[in-house]
Amino acid sequence: MSSTFDPATMAEIRRAAATGIYDIRGAGAKRKLPHFDDLLFLGASISRYPLEGYREACNTSVILGDRFASKPLELKIPITIAGMSFGSLSGQAKEALGRGANAAGTSTTTGDGGMTVEERGHSKMLVYQYLPSRYGMNPDDLRKADAIEVVIGQGAKPGGGGMLLGQKITDRVAEMRTLPKGIDQRSACRHPDWTGPDDLEIKIQELREITDWEKPIFVKVGASRPYYDTALAVKSGADVVVLDGMQGGTAATQDVFIENVGIPTLAAIRPAVQALMELGMHRKVQLIVSGGVRNGADVAKCLALGADAVSIGTAALIALGDNDPRWEAEYNALGTTAGAYDDWHEGNDPAGITTQNPELAARLDPVAAGRRLTNFLKVMTLECQTIARACGKSDVRNLEPEDLVALTVEAAAMARVPLAGTSWIPGQGNY
Amino acid sequence: MSDVLVRNSTLDLGDLTVRDVNRALKAAEDGAFTVTNPNGVHALACGLMQPISVTIKGHAGYYCAGMNQNADVLIEGNAGTGVAENMMSGRVRVTGDCSQSAAATAHGGLLVIEGDASARCGISLKGADIVVGGSVGHMSAFMAQAGRMVVLGDAGEALGDSIYEARLYVRGRVASLGADCIEKEMREEHIAEVKALLDQAGMDADPASFKRYGSARQLYTFKIDNIDAY
Repeated sequence: MSSTFDPATMAEIRRAAATGIYDIRGAGAKRKLPHFDDLLFLGASISRYPLEGYREACNTSVILGDRFASKPLELKIPITIAGMSFGSLSGQAKEALGRGANAAGTSTTTGDGGMTVEERGHSKMLVYQYLPSRYGMNPDDLRKADAIEVVIGQGAKPGGGGMLLGQKITDRVAEMRTLPKGIDQRSACRHPDWTGPDDLEIKIQELREITDWEKPIFVKVGASRPYYDTALAVKSGADVVVLDGMQGGTAATQDVFIENVGIPTLAAIRPAVQALMELGMHRKVQLIVSGGVRNGADVAKCLALGADAVSIGTAALIALGDNDPRWEAEYNALGTTAGAYDDWHEGNDPAGITTQNPELAARLDPVAAGRRLTNFLKVMTLECQTIARACGKSDVRNLEPEDLVALTVEAAAMARVPLAGTSWIPGQGNY
Repeated sequence: MSDVLVRNSTLDLGDLTVRDVNRALKAAEDGAFTVTNPNGVHALACGLMQPISVTIKGHAGYYCAGMNQNADVLIEGNAGTGVAENMMSGRVRVTGDCSQSAAATAHGGLLVIEGDASARCGISLKGADIVVGGSVGHMSAFMAQAGRMVVLGDAGEALGDSIYEARLYVRGRVASLGADCIEKEMREEHIAEVKALLDQAGMDADPASFKRYGSARQLYTFKIDNIDAY
């Protein structure tokens, strides 16, 4: 058997030859990448002392957007819900995200297609994405939002636009996006009225004027050149930079794009933090990191590397019930299995999450699913606090790179922390 | 600022900031205002929500009258990038020329440009109307979804590329049509539509002298055999 033409590669060639279309799917990069699992914390010992778990306070709250906005977001936990659209998700799923986030004291985010009445109603703190397509873009919704996220790109497809296939363009989705029903809807990859950081600065000024300088302005970039993108976002006047690594999910993108464009989340954080520190803006312009964050350890590692908060998408959907084994027979009928289902664009999700089919969507109880998300968010927060206390920190954001070591040379180089048991940080000149 | 909230006020950007002027205009529920000394400042008169009239005496920078709702804005000069971008309703009129992306993604209302418009005029248009007395630049009406654009002069390369359901009317020469944009029959209802838009814009031209362009609807679903068009 060839290592170059392995069975999976040959199967993909046959599939492309048979269908004449590239593979489109949801979720983020699935290939094995250097990730947070390749980092370990150095718990306190003689040289540093820990805080008592469950006794001594360890703050988890974070304020986002106090650089220029008069009404910054005040989150109880450093974990937010990433942008996901009504259209890609069912109304029930959006409601569940709002309910779950509310109870945990954090925010949710809209997606392509605009803001629905339901998600505004179910989210106490709602971040409104300002996207290249401007589908459903409405100044009234800008004013209703608690923050505005200017989306330059996302980790699954830096430089790419979106695709929502015809099966999910229902009457309501078509109306929200001003498009004919049932067509394959393309989302633009570039904003229609600005190019470059100088223009972006003016665009942000316009958004602030329209919202009376109240709303925090986030700038979201897909991780590819995080040092320069972060510096330029700061220069453009962002209150918050959102940095999404290639493991970050998407509703529907070409597999070849997801797996071959962008850089891993682990590799993106330190260059972004370096840019913030060089500009004297670390902790003044907050950094939110997303892309493959799965548990409290991942949260703690992001914060230790310099982030102010994280954002979760795929993990939140799993908490709601996505890819749950209870639907195994139906996943099998779709030619897949629980845990591997990623044809989110086709609208046939047995779990009722990535669908616009009313019968499937009705399977998701938004109250129960919201409760599961709340539980998950609280567990992540507790896990993060546990690690922070073990490292002697009274605030999760006091975690620092010196608390970390790496298990692999690659992770050590990307995270700029020593290889475990050594003082060697590849690429830092001490070798 | 109470003095500038009086109806029929003149707001002088020689003395006031853009923030001052925008705050005053947004606070007004009706009336007519004149803005002097704009000198190309950005984000002027954006986000207006009430049926007020605003006359800007001079050139405006980026995003003038952006996201307009209900207001009637007259720019006596040229306008920078993104004039009336994402306008929802109301009217915006520019006596001079406009830079790129005029009325980008605009959902409603009417933009009238007496001079020329640069590239990407009406990009991703979502329902607004545009009447241009002069010519429009390349890639105008790119991915335009809904709404109408009337051009009394010429259109640059790739007009209406990847257009959805917007309707385009051009009296002069079209350098080239973009992907999936075709010339369509100019029927009586279309002549009437152009006449109505010209009347609204206060422009004089023979509506029968325009040609109509729109989507061939061949790229609405992805087909590998259309690869040359992508």
